[in-house]
Parts: sequence; C-alpha cells; structure tokens
Amino acid sequence: MAALYEGYTLCINATQNNTSNVGIQGVELNADVDHVLVTDSSRTVTVYKVSDQKPLGSWTVKQGQTITCPAVFNTQTQEYVAITDYKVVRVWKDGDVNIDQAFKATVSADVFRVLSAPDCEPVVLFRHGAARFMNSLLAAPQQPIEEILSEGEVIRWSTIVKADQQLVVLFVTEQRGEHCLCFKRFNPNTLVKHRFETEPGLSAPHSFSAICRGSNIHLFYLYSNGSVYESVLPIRTSETEVHVIQALPRSLLLSLPVREGQQTLGAAVVLDETHVAVVGFPHPSAGANKDYLCIWNTHFHIPQASKEMSGMIYTQLWQCGGRLYVPHGKTLSVIPFECQKSSLAAAMGKLKQSGQSESKSCALMTTQLRSDITRAPGNNRRLSARQTNASNVMTNSSTLTVNQLTKHVEKGMVEDIQLAVGEFVYQTPQTDLQFAAGRMALDLVSRSQTDGNFYPHSAFLQLLKTEYLCYSVCPELLLLAVEKKDFSLCQIAFHLFPDIPEAITCAYLKAVLGTPDSEMDTLNLDTDSMMFMKVLTQTGCPSENDSQQNGVCLPALLDSGFETPSSRPQRDPLALDINCPVSLHKSALLNEVLQTSYSDILLLPHLKDLTVPQVTIFLQYLQFLYLKYSHEAGVQIQALRSPTMAQIVDWVGLLLDAHFTVLVMAPEAKRLVSGLHKFVRSQVKLYAELDKIEGSLQVLKKAKQPEDFALYSIKVIKLF
Amino acid sequence: MGEFKVHQVRFFEYMPSGIRALAFHPKKERMAVARMDGSVEICHCSDRFYQEKVIPGREQCGIEALSWVGDRLFSAGLNGEITEYDLTNQKIKYTIDAYGGPIWSITGNKQGTHLAVGCEDGNVKLFEVTEDKIQFERNLARQKGRIISLSWHPSGSRIAAGMMDIIQVLNVEKGHSIHRMLVDKGVGKSRSKECVVWSVVYLSDGTIISGDSVGMVKMWDDQTGTLIKSHNVTKCDVLALSVSQSGDSLVAGTSEGTVVQFQFLSVVLGKDEKEWVRTRIFKSHTHDVRAVAEITTGVVSGGIDTQLVVTPLFDKAEVKSALRKVLFPHRKLVSCARKANLMLFQYSGHLELWRLGESEGIAEPDMSLPISRKPEKLLHLKVKGEEHIRCSSVSPCGEWIVYSTASSLRLYKLHCDNSNVSITKISKLPKVLSSASQLCFSSDSSHLFSASTQSSVHMVSLNKAGCKFMGTLKPKSGSKQPIHLLAPSEDGKWLASANSDHEVQIYDLQIRKPHCTVPTYSSAVSAMAIHPTTNCLFITHADQQMFEYSIEQKQYSDWSRSVQRTGLHRVWLDRDTPVTNVMFNPSNPSHIILHDSYMLCIIDQSLPLPDNSTQFYNQLTLRSLPEEQRKLYTHAFKVCKAFKEILCVEQISDQSLVVVERPLSDIITRLPKPIKQKKFAT
Repeated sequence: MAALYEGYTLCINATQNNTSNVGIQGVELNADVDHVLVTDSSRTVTVYKVSDQKPLGSWTVKQGQTITCPAVFNTQTQEYVAITDYKVVRVWKDGDVNIDQAFKATVSADVFRVLSAPDCEPVVLFRHGAARFMNSLLAAPQQPIEEILSEGEVIRWSTIVKADQQLVVLFVTEQRGEHCLCFKRFNPNTLVKHRFETEPGLSAPHSFSAICRGSNIHLFYLYSNGSVYESVLPIRTSETEVHVIQALPRSLLLSLPVREGQQTLGAAVVLDETHVAVVGFPHPSAGANKDYLCIWNTHFHIPQASKEMSGMIYTQLWQCGGRLYVPHGKTLSVIPFECQKSSLAAAMGKLKQSGQSESKSCALMTTQLRSDITRAPGNNRRLSARQTNASNVMTNSSTLTVNQLTKHVEKGMVEDIQLAVGEFVYQTPQTDLQFAAGRMALDLVSRSQTDGNFYPHSAFLQLLKTEYLCYSVCPELLLLAVEKKDFSLCQIAFHLFPDIPEAITCAYLKAVLGTPDSEMDTLNLDTDSMMFMKVLTQTGCPSENDSQQNGVCLPALLDSGFETPSSRPQRDPLALDINCPVSLHKSALLNEVLQTSYSDILLLPHLKDLTVPQVTIFLQYLQFLYLKYSHEAGVQIQALRSPTMAQIVDWVGLLLDAHFTVLVMAPEAKRLVSGLHKFVRSQVKLYAELDKIEGSLQVLKKAKQPEDFALYSIKVIKLF
Repeated sequence: MGEFKVHQVRFFEYMPSGIRALAFHPKKERMAVARMDGSVEICHCSDRFYQEKVIPGREQCGIEALSWVGDRLFSAGLNGEITEYDLTNQKIKYTIDAYGGPIWSITGNKQGTHLAVGCEDGNVKLFEVTEDKIQFERNLARQKGRIISLSWHPSGSRIAAGMMDIIQVLNVEKGHSIHRMLVDKGVGKSRSKECVVWSVVYLSDGTIISGDSVGMVKMWDDQTGTLIKSHNVTKCDVLALSVSQSGDSLVAGTSEGTVVQFQFLSVVLGKDEKEWVRTRIFKSHTHDVRAVAEITTGVVSGGIDTQLVVTPLFDKAEVKSALRKVLFPHRKLVSCARKANLMLFQYSGHLELWRLGESEGIAEPDMSLPISRKPEKLLHLKVKGEEHIRCSSVSPCGEWIVYSTASSLRLYKLHCDNSNVSITKISKLPKVLSSASQLCFSSDSSHLFSASTQSSVHMVSLNKAGCKFMGTLKPKSGSKQPIHLLAPSEDGKWLASANSDHEVQIYDLQIRKPHCTVPTYSSAVSAMAIHPTTNCLFITHADQQMFEYSIEQKQYSDWSRSVQRTGLHRVWLDRDTPVTNVMFNPSNPSHIILHDSYMLCIIDQSLPLPDNSTQFYNQLTLRSLPEEQRKLYTHAFKVCKAFKEILCVEQISDQSLVVVERPLSDIITRLPKPIKQKKFAT
C-alpha cells in the first residue's frame, strides 16, 4: 500500500504570475535529501531545509535579469549553477552573499537547462539540442555550439539519468505537433531519436518522468486524456547513430479519470515499480471540481492514497527523497509519502503472470472463492478422489492438456468432445482446472455459436459441475442454453451462478413461460426441486384441522371468487382446492428464478418485456405458491432449496409494478388482480387491528413489573 | 432460616462528587483521586482500589490537577493556590499562593526536585521541592494566554505546555521557548472557536502527544517541532491523556465518555519501525471523562459521572480481573441510634437526623407493610466554616451527635420531647478533641471514642453536664497511620481499632491499655465488629477475606480457621465492592449480618461452608424446594439481592434492619446532561 502523510507548506510564492502555467521553475535536490533548491518563476533561488520548513539561504539576481532555468547544485564542487537570460552561466557557493559578485560566464548559444545528477558533473543542454559538460563549457565559454535540432523544433522537457556509470540525457522535442524523444549519450556522443506515436484525438504528451531500472530506462508520460504510457528504452543500443526515426514502443499503464468535456493538464511522477503520483486529475470517488494528489497503483489501477489540493494546480510535481513537492495556489507543499509492495499483488498472482487479461483472472478468482465456500460436504469426497486420481495421472502420459483439448474442440465431433471434456475434468488437478474450465467453456460456446448443430450439453454440464464457472467467466453460455431451450442446464446454472444479470434472468423467465407445458415434461430436472413441487401440489387438504388452527389465513379470500363453483357446496371455508396453474416441470424451473438474487431497479425494465398471458400465468403461479405456503405453514416440506415467502411476495410486487396498467386493462387478469387487491386489503386491516391492541399489550406488560415504591417502605424479607 | 423486617430508606440524597484529576504513584501502587468538591482519596491499586485515606474537601476549593513528587502529593486549583497534603493525618499540610492567577495544571519532574505549575497569566512557574515545603524558583518565558496543560520531558530539561491553539516547548534551564507548534482548529463551525490543548504528554523519545478540544490526539516531534501524526478520536473534546510507565501505551479520555487506547506498535510485522496506533475503545462512562491514568494492569478513568472505573487490560494483567467500578466511599456515611430509631446522614457540608417510620401488623414475606407513621426529618445541622465533614456519629441512645472536620470537632446534646427537638453545643471540650479521623460512642452511650493522630484513641466520658477526658489509648506498635475503623463491644469492655497499616488493635477499656493485636493481614480492613455474646472480633478485608478473632483467647476462632481451611467461595471472592458494615443478629448468635454495595448477606456459622462446586446464590433454589429438602442444599451464606445500590445497612432496637439505598439511577438524574450523541442513523 502507499500512503501520503500530513503535508506542510515549504514556501509561499509571492511573485504570483497567473498567466503562466508555472508556479515555480523547479525543485532540485541539494547536498542531501533534506535540502532542496527552489527556483521561483523569476529571479530568486532559495535553499530550504525541508524537515525544518526553513530557508537556509536565498539569492536574487538584479532587477531586469531573469533566471531562465532551475538552479542546480553541483555535488562535486559544492557549487550552485544557474542560467540567467539564457546565456549567462552563474556559479556561486553557499558563502556568497551576492550572486552578482560570483562567477559568471557568457556562452555563445541559448541554454535550455542545466541538468545535474547526484555525484556527477552537471550537463548544459542547449536550446538546439547540443549538450556539454559544465567544466568543458566553462573552460571555453565562447566555443561554438552546434545545432542539432532542425528549425522550429523546440525542447519541451529534459532530464538526466545516471545508468551503469553513464550519463544519459533525455529530452522531448516538438515540431509542428509532432513529438520526439531524443536520447543523448556521451563518450561516444550519440543521439537517438524516437517518435511518439500519435493517434487521432490523442493530444500531445505533456508530463514526463524517467527512471532507470536495471539496464533499461523507463519513461512514463501522461496525455491529457488521462492515459499514462510507459516506454522501455535499453541503455545500450547499437553504437552507431540511427538516422531513421523510429516510433517509440509503448504500453498503456493507467487510464486516469478525466473531467468530462475538458482537457486536463496534470503531472505524473513515477515513484516505484507499481506506484505513480498524479496531480491535477480528479479522484474517481470525489467530485470533478476538486484537485487531488493521488498515488495510483499501476497494477490494480486504483488510487491508493489521495490528498485534496487547494488552489490552482500547475502541471508540476517533483519527487525528492521520499517527499512530493506540489506547487498549488500560492504555496509549495511538501508531502511525504511511502510506498510498500502490496501483498495483494502477490496473492492475485499479478506480479508474475502478466499474460492473463485482468477481468478474466479476477472472475476466475471469485469463482474459486465461491466454490470453496459453497462446496457441500458431499463434494469433498469427490474432491479427494479427484486429487488422488490427479496424482495417479501425473505419471500417466496420456493426459490431455488444455491446448490439445482446445484444438480438439475446434473440429471434433460432439460425442468425442463430450467424452474428452469428461475425461479432462476428471483428470486435471484442482488448481489447473480452475483456469481451464473457463477457457474450455468459452471455446465450446464459441463453436456452438458458429456451428448451429453443435451443442455439447453434457460437456457443459460437466464443466458446470466443477463449480468453477460463473456467469462472468462465460457470459454467452447461459444465453446459448436459453436459446437452445436447454432448461436443465439453465436450472443448474441458476443454482450455481451468483452473478446472473437481471436481463438474462428475464430472458430465461420469458423462455420458460413461453414454452408449452408439453415440451417440458420430458426434461430431466433436479430431483430435489421436483420432489418439492410434487409434495407441495399433493398436500392439497390433508389435515383440515391443522389448517384451522392456523386461522389467520385469508378470510377475505372466501368471497374473492378464486374458488371454482364446485368448492362452494363443501362449505369448508378454509379448504383450498386451487390447482397449480403450471406443470410440475415448469414450476420447478420458475422456482429457480424466484431464488436468484436481483436488484429490483435493474429487473423492472426487463420484466416489462413479458407478455400479458405470461404475466398472468406467472402471477397465478405465485399466488398458488403463496396460498399453499400460508395454508401449510405448519407443514415443513423437506427440500434443500425452496423459495421463501418473502421471495414470493417480492416477485408478486415486482410483476404488478411492471405490468399494472396492462393487467388492469386485460379482461383475463381482472379476477386475479381484484383477488390480490382484496387480499392486501384484508392484510392491511389485520395489521391495523393489531396496531390498535398494541397499547393494551403494553399495559399488560407493565402490569407485570413490580411497582416501584417511594422513598420509604417497610417490608419483610425471608431468607432460606 | 428467618424473616427480617427491613426499613428500606431512600431519602438520604447522597451525591458523590465528580472526579477531576487522577495521579498514579507506580512504586507504592497508590492512586490519588481528586474530586470536584476538593476532596482527595488515596486508593490502593493492588488491594481492589480500597480507599485507604480520604482528605475531605472545602467549599470553594476546586482542584484542577494532582501530582506526586516522590511520596508527596500536591494539588493546584483555580483559586491560584498550591496545596501539599499531609497523608498520614489526612489533612492539608499547607497552601501557597502561586501569584499567577488560577492554576490549570501542576506537574512534578521525574527527578523529584521541581514542580511546574501552569497559570492563567501565561506563566509556567517553577517551584523547588524542599525538605518540608516548596520554594518559588523562577518563571519560564511568559506566554500569551493561559497554560492549560504541562508535561515534563523525563530528563527534566524541557517542558511541553499546552495552551490555546498552540503548544510551547520550553527549555527549563534557560527558560526560553524552543518550539511553538500550532494546533489546527477544527473544520466547519468550530473553525472560529479557539482550540484548547487540554492535555499534553512528553515522552522520553522526544514525542509530544497532545489532546485538544477539536477531538484530535496529535503526535509531534520535538526536534523539528512538526506534526508526525494526528488521530481524530472524537467529535467533542479530548480531555485527558495518560501514558503507561513503559511509554508504549497511551489512553485518552473524551467528553463522549469513551476512553481510547493507543499503542506504540510496529506497523509491519518484524520491523522495528513503530507507530502510534489506535487500538481499543472503552465506553464505561456516560459523561465527560475528566481524568485517566494507565496503571500497570489496566486503565483507571473518572469524570463527571462520579464513578471511578478500572478497566483491566488483559495483555498486561497477570491475573484475570474484571471491570471494577467504585461508586460509593468505603467509609460509613450513615450512623444509627439503634435504641431511638434515629438515622444520622452525613453530607459534605451538613448533617441530617431522621426518625424512622413505624408500621402496623404483620406481613407476608416480600410484601410491604402499611406505614402507620412516616419518617420524619428532625434536624438539619450545618457545618461552621468552609471545611467538609470527615466523620460523624450519633450515640445509640440518640442523645448525642458528634462530627469532626479536618480541624475541629463538635459535640452536641440532643433534646427530644415528642415534637420539639433542640440541640445544645457542648462548649468546653477537652483540648485533645481537636480533630478526629473516626468517631464512635460506646453501646451504653456513656463514652465517646475519638481516633486521633498516630493511631491513638481518646476516650471521653459523657454525662448530663458535659464531658470529661478519661485518657488516651495508644497502640504498642507506635504506628503513625490514621485509624479508619472503631468497634466497641456491647458490654463496654473492649474497643477494637483498625488503621491504614492494616493493624487491628484491641484495647481493654477497664484498664485502658492495649489488650492484644490481631495478626496483620495483607489487605485493608473494610469492616469489623465485636460479637455481643462471644466477644469475638469479626473482621472483613478489602480482598473479601474474613476472620473471626476471639478477644478473650487471643486467637482465631475455630470457625475462622475452618473458613481459612476450606477457602471462601469463588463467587464471594470475585465480588466488586468491599463489605462495609458487620452486625450480629441478637436473636440468633450464630448469624452475622454484612453487606456490600449490591447485596445483603447473612452468614449462618452453624451451617456448612460452600465449596466452589456448590451454587453460591441459592436462595431461589431453596425457595422452590420443599422444607425437608432444603437442608441438603443450604449453606452458610444467605445472600439477598433484593435491593438497589446499598449505602449502608444498620440494625435498630426492634431487631429490624435499616437498608439505606442510593439507586444509581437517582444519582444519574441529578447529573448534568451528557453530550448528546446520535444513535443509529437518526
């Protein structure tokens, strides 16, 4: 994890110049990490001791002169170096009071920047691309400086990197909207130029950061659309200068959120292998109008620490010795930070396997976790059997690999493939299977989609039963099954998948309701669910005495007109002779829908797709279930899974919500709706009555408590 | 076993005072507790927080802070005075005006050489601690604004001072300020208010920890004067901080009634780099926690809600102990004229004498009797002067009332004819009766015993004309500690006294000489009484042990030995509050009646003692059993928990008991309202 600590203000920038995009010119490391050199936007260079928030020394050039590049500290000679008015090199020491009395030399060409790396001689980078070491330049200040860059090409950014005991100057140039990276080495002097790839709509990179890792230089750059790219440049390239300008290979590291309809300017600085500090881009969970300093984890694409920055943000951000320096508003803030390697990264395996696409591996992880939790005790046996099998198979050379199987899937016959998959599932060790199952399902589904005759039902079933699949691993599978009316597969999938979207639930519901009962009778469904429905439909009126005891039930339904005329002569007010409006198989499938998780806001629009007859039959079925449930509250039906009363009532509510106007208009639903209405009214009445007697219940409760006596009483206690 | 008529009394409107400051003495394991009324209590931390000594307060004496310097205790308050206490004689030794306006804090350095006080005028004043006094040395650099809190660096070279909006670090030697650290004001509404640094703690590694009115606990570095870390603990104020002896644990008391613990832990396992991490929250108070102290085995906290709460820290306590709450003083505030049915209630500034009511008829068990005469307040006696009452007593015949403050003792004769009550002050008291640490009358009301300095007891005879000094009983041990308990025998032959050294001395009153000394036990004596028929002294201790000592044979009785052999029941030993009174049932000599704050217990010495496997609270079981089976389950301890918080149980002449209750709910209703806190999402 990374953390930003309590920050503090280092200095307040008095000479405010709001038109420029530069708050201060630069922050450079001084002799050690606790001292920094701050060059403000015009004339002053100040040395700060950071932990004390105190300036140790400050130098100002004469009125009329300006410092044109950030001052640096030459650690070898303990001198400060700055450039004034592009051409005059100023060198002074700590002891010098007045900068004007110190050493100065005028050079023959405009200087862009003086670059300094720790324990190295500073390098002067000229505006036209030439570079000289400080000492050699000062030995002959008026020496001719060659022009490397072409006319109109300007340097936008530069840095110096020390790698392998070798100094490398990197700078970015711009010419007519085209950006190039120049890569300058000394001894021998070489210059390699790369072109930044441009895409339509992608503006210029505007913040750069370079870091040396091993024998490569990693360059990070930020576009105003929030993309952070990384390019890796080898330090040792071929010795000869390459004249052809190559495109810079790059990879997208991070996509930052941007303010809508706005080009965002910000700055990014790389902190370590996994962390990038970004300023100027909005925090994903905060409002867009606030400026944040965030540390992003490039592996997980998440902000790990953030801090709100007040005032105007410049596109500037420096990092020196564990501290971030951010100019904002009129102040320069110092924010200490810390980055630790995330242990989550190791756990997710993200550090090693970069080949796997992220969403997929995440989904697989979730299924793994879920199946660990939901694994019934009975499965453990299978598991251990499989594990012993797997260990046996290890010696068996005939084991299929995933790749072999995938190839097989592309061409093979349905029967062969089903056999192969079965064998594979049985033989593959648990850990491998977890990844393989998803991949295989994807392959099988894609073949089925292209080849209309290809549908390996039992292969899918076997993969499902590994419990390593979930909806997000293979989204097409369930759609395919619904399309093929493979309801037994759907039933198992609905049972096992935790993450079925509401649209699919509705599609399934529609398919089930739209299929005639006769087609369903042959289905081979889960026996448990079938048993449940059988028992429920058969316990018609086994014990009327029982149900009479449970007398809350529905007095309003008596005259509701549910009953068929034949029930009237029975004269038993509580007899329930309502028949199940759907077939046994269909009801088992519908039960599965009732038990799926959903969010009603997302479900409602999809529910509207159902036709009126479908809604009516479904409502009738729900009402049947409800009546059965409330009638036989005492009777417990032994089943592993059955819809709860709350689920049933919720679905009734949802259906009515989605189709109310239509149902009111439809003549065939009229009786149903008015029945439900009467029922609800009677319930409301019941609760109102209960409300009324609440007061008396409270009094009864109070009456039981011993009355609290006053300040004095005489009583008798008896001890045994 | 028996029925008892009980007068249940709730008209003693005793109001404990809120706790203002705590000071822990780690070597002697004593906790000094200062209350809002100016009284100071000394509790023994490893003896179940028994209140060994109580120094009564005074009017207009608000203590703001307490500090131990060596074995000496100092306090300072908003009257601008520094007070040193004479702990042996339980009184104020002297007071010195610091001449800096109200004093907000006082703290002594670790070396025991200096005291620093923080004054309203912005001065930190240094006092040198001399042999028997303190001497003003100098002022440190004067600051703008009052000094609210102070803390010495353990080396004694620097002081951190918490003020309004800032913390100053001062160099003690040179007197100047080293750092000035600005404390953030809160956000929103409180931004305009100033931020009060209620408490600072200076650690040996140079970390300064502050608690402020914005609700933050902040850690500062004294080298650079910068903020290291801040924790938002509460929306209200952080009022008190205390660090453990080892310096790796810190507790903060807030005005929400919570105590928050911080620990100095390494954040990454196995690394040395440590950080202050918030670890636990205790919610043991309803009101502001004004004072906290971390002791070796737990956290002690107290505040406006007047309870001293000891929360054990299980990672530190070796023995498992439970949460302990000290509700009431361990001294008797009620005395009873048992022959006259009068009760004397001792408030801090006055005494009240009540006559108990009467009833008619006989009632069934657990039923109230009809009251034929209501209780009646006979007397309201205000104390002269500013000092609060230390102890008081009414004679068994109800004709004498005596009370003592720290500096004076007054004796009154009470005349009662039917409805007219008058009192006369006995003017010519013997000179020795200047002040008493405990007072009691002999059972025939003919003598007054007054416990004085150096564990001595003055004996005064009383008659119609007045009183006459008879002599002084002095212990052989020569102990200087004050006596806190006196117990005369019914036949007037013996007097037992117990002092803070746990010594129990028995005097023969006929020859006025020490008779014998009961072997000293490690825990304080919480109550004792001499049996009227056997003349055995029954003693209970703060650790719930009990002994019976035969005065005539000068040895423990057989019953006492058998109790020690079998051991007391675990449930009995685990009780929270000490037994504060012992009586005997005149109708059955084997019955001993005793009580603590939560129960009344009758010990039947003729019955077998319970062992740890038997059910201790067995009254309900016995009640449900038929008569003949009860014998199988019965044991010596008969506990009655039918009462709310009990202040005192006394006996009156018709063999009925008087239970003076002070329900906690009544106390709470008289407290100021706590800070309103949102519960749930309302």
